[in-house]
Amino acid sequence: MNDKPTPNGTTEAAGADAALEAALRGSAAALPDAPAPDLDRQLAERAAAEGLLDVAYATVDSPLGTLVVAATPRGLVRVAYTEFRPDADVLDELSRKLSPRILEAPARLDDARRELDEYFAGRRTDFDLPIDWALTRGFTSKVLHATARIAFGKTSTYAEVAQRAGSPRAVRAAGNALGANPLPVVVPCHRVLRTGGALGGYTGGLERKEFLLRLEGVLI
Amino acid sequence: MKLPPFQALLDEHRVDVYRFCVATAGHSEADDCFQETWIAALRAYPQLRRADNLRAWLLRIAHNKAIDLHRSRGRRPVPVESVPERAAAPSADVVADDEPELWAAVRELPPKQRTAVFCRTVLGMPYPELARLLESSEDAARRNVFEGLRTLREGWTP
Repeated sequence: MNDKPTPNGTTEAAGADAALEAALRGSAAALPDAPAPDLDRQLAERAAAEGLLDVAYATVDSPLGTLVVAATPRGLVRVAYTEFRPDADVLDELSRKLSPRILEAPARLDDARRELDEYFAGRRTDFDLPIDWALTRGFTSKVLHATARIAFGKTSTYAEVAQRAGSPRAVRAAGNALGANPLPVVVPCHRVLRTGGALGGYTGGLERKEFLLRLEGVLI
Repeated sequence: MKLPPFQALLDEHRVDVYRFCVATAGHSEADDCFQETWIAALRAYPQLRRADNLRAWLLRIAHNKAIDLHRSRGRRPVPVESVPERAAAPSADVVADDEPELWAAVRELPPKQRTAVFCRTVLGMPYPELARLLESSEDAARRNVFEGLRTLREGWTP
């Protein structure tokens, strides 16, 4: 028998091979389509236990639309509105800036999801979550740390957070830093307004800022 | 090196990897094969040099894990690359009720042949990709498909 495969299928065996291949393709339908959903959860847990899960993420439904929340082993690292940015963009950003070892692992974000639910339901005024500031640098980090200390229902101004960040004249830079907040809602950049009370801007859209300020009783 | 988020790989290749594990490692070992494959992939991922054929890379890992599982369970001696006289009768404990005996016979093939047969017939994988997966030449990849099919044909009636 010719034991070399022939690309154009002219051996005597080719017909039988074709029938066999067809049978294999047909019986492939009997192979399961997908692993049990539980396997994904087990995989994420094992990855975490072995120190291989650098970024875990989940999605959260909120009155402001779907949020992507992501955490490293150090803490919550990212909250993102997805209306204008698909999840995939947020994950690409995390892959580039933090690590490509990213898995959807809702159980790793149980606390964050619960606290966000409670906040939006009006039953929580403070987030009690470890924060990983890895996506912030330099002045931005200082501005956001200052912003994190503004209490529920209170507001501050761009000038004040610039001052608390150590650069009283860097008001515009403080605005930019707040616009780049990787942790909206949890680090309450929505509580920072213009001097005089105008709302200023919001990366997630001004209507979201208004919603959050109403939720906290600042706006009626 | 810009790598996609690992979850994107899992979403895209989860089904192929799982079916590969069932076909080559068997139902009873498929979950282990699947998890070992993805954990090993996750471990190696950040050092990956090329991201242009992630399916072949993942199935290469699964191929090795299936061999490890066959070996560690001690069901049979480590398969060799030579062609057996004929496909051995499938052992009853790895055949699911609803699964054609054909896949049980595939599992009795030498590892490269069973991987090659699966990738060609189920995934329709091109030979250059199969060659990369098997870390062999394209000719050798073709031979593995051919030898595997020949052995299967001997124990099979349409």
